[in-house]
Amino acid sequence: MPSTNDSGALAVEASGLVKHFGQVRAVDGVDLAVRAGTVFGLLGPNGAGKTTIVRMLATLLAPDAGTATVLGHDIRRAADEVRSLVGLTGQYASVDEDLTGTENLVMLCRLYGFGRGAARERSQALLTAFDLQDAGGRQVKTYSGGMRRRIDLAASLVVNPRVLFLDEPTTGLDPRSRNQVWDVIRTLVEDGATVLLTTQYLEEADQLAHRIAVIDHGRVIAEGTSAELKASVGTGAVQLRLVDPDDRPAAESVMARVLDLTPERSADPAALSARTGDSAAVAQLLPALADAGIAVAEFSLGQPTLDEVFLALTGRPAADEEIDEGSAA
Amino acid sequence: MSVDSAARAATREWEPDRELLRAALLVTDRPTRPAALSAAFTFGWRAILKIKHVPEQLFDVTLTPIVFLLMFTYLFGGAIAGDVSDYLHYLLPGVLVQTVLITTVYTGFTLNTDITKGVFDRFRSLPVWRPSPLVGALLGDTVRYVIASTVTLGVGFALGFRGAGGVPGAVAAVALLVVFASSLAWIFTILGLVLRTPNAVMGVSMLILMPLTFASNAFVDPSTMPSGLARVVEANPVSHLITAIRGLMYGTPEASQLLWVLVAAAVITAVFAPITMHLYRQKN
Repeated sequence: MPSTNDSGALAVEASGLVKHFGQVRAVDGVDLAVRAGTVFGLLGPNGAGKTTIVRMLATLLAPDAGTATVLGHDIRRAADEVRSLVGLTGQYASVDEDLTGTENLVMLCRLYGFGRGAARERSQALLTAFDLQDAGGRQVKTYSGGMRRRIDLAASLVVNPRVLFLDEPTTGLDPRSRNQVWDVIRTLVEDGATVLLTTQYLEEADQLAHRIAVIDHGRVIAEGTSAELKASVGTGAVQLRLVDPDDRPAAESVMARVLDLTPERSADPAALSARTGDSAAVAQLLPALADAGIAVAEFSLGQPTLDEVFLALTGRPAADEEIDEGSAA
Repeated sequence: MSVDSAARAATREWEPDRELLRAALLVTDRPTRPAALSAAFTFGWRAILKIKHVPEQLFDVTLTPIVFLLMFTYLFGGAIAGDVSDYLHYLLPGVLVQTVLITTVYTGFTLNTDITKGVFDRFRSLPVWRPSPLVGALLGDTVRYVIASTVTLGVGFALGFRGAGGVPGAVAAVALLVVFASSLAWIFTILGLVLRTPNAVMGVSMLILMPLTFASNAFVDPSTMPSGLARVVEANPVSHLITAIRGLMYGTPEASQLLWVLVAAAVITAVFAPITMHLYRQKN
């Protein structure tokens, strides 16, 4: 049972959350414990139920069963308190594209209770902080993808939320814009905010999240730090890439013999991988390959990636599912 | 032009300035939650801004009455009433009502657009009076109703319509119409919440409104219709509305007609506003 411990209070606590959409159990008994001041990642493929969990925690959707609190406020009985403490950025730009950046922010400031002058000042400060001061007078529909995500983040920060829900904050962004969003998230957390983010990018969870819950079919199938999750898969992984893809069958049999296991074929026709804890055997792999006359382009022994974690946990790669998130969202 | 400058801005390197960001985040004073009406007015302001930024949305609101007035007056006027100016006198209040009622469809249409675009999630995550986004949208839409009415009355005047009720009668007629239209809009907000796409909302709404407005006394006197149909047309709430509007514009208002419309508006709101709010709260 998650409970408050020496490391600090919980910002988000959920137990047994369930949500059905027709026949589909989109969320099927989820427990979460997010410590204040940390980034918590919900990692899973499309349709796993991540968005539905976030929408329940942000009071947009009432759970069918289970309870949850945000900063101690029950999401059902004290929804207004929760709303005044959280910020939300949805999967799609949740600002009005027809309005200008400034108008969007002024509107939100007014809705949070700022007076006219204060709303204008606050909007200007947010636009400047996100380097959108020159774009404030333009309709949001003219913004690039990265700018749009920034105005969206700014819109979530009008009242300095204590808990920020980010639903796939970098989906569809180019690498540079993605890094910018990551920097913003890190800054927010340094300043004491708690961030709950969903992602289908393993790298994103690895980079940002202090703890990660792996979600599949509406359930948490694993939870821990990135290192813990990797360790739970077992041991390190041997990654091998050959100069000549034609050598792969030969290399496969050498690997099978030396490591005493069946290597996995990667999508790359020249690559092989295997999971093993036997470092002595691994040390003999390179000489054995050289003896067999197989030229090696790359050889590495490392921790498993989160992709491998997902594969090990579910028996499937973390690829898209057939479930339509649109109907499950 | 604007796309180019957006592309330029996007290619410009931006590193979040942590100090600026921190400064922007350091708001110690949390403003108090705005009053219910204040929040609704903010949403109304948004609706008006959208009209300002996307004036194209007023095209059909303004063109439809012009086309209808010209078409019915000159194409059918002679055949229906025997005299073009007599028919205009009968027709104008009907076209006014039809124009504004059709405009109410936009309420559902824009609501559905907000939902599909995700901006409604943001609104629903705000600590404001829950109906305020919907009430605000309705308030903003009254601007649309007034614009549509003004265009219709302006064209009618140019074509030679002169009501004995004069300007006060016309203003009272528009006011009554705005009240009724605002109540009717609650029906279309339901469609906006239930249907999947904005275009579906538009299609279904028109399917409801077209028979409702045409099977009324807007264009033709029911006494010229077969008796069964006449009874249906006379029972149509839109006919009652048009009769009341005619009364105001012709300078012969009757309290019972006005009361009928106001009671109907109250009943429609009392029935459909709670249904809308229920669906809005339950919306996935």
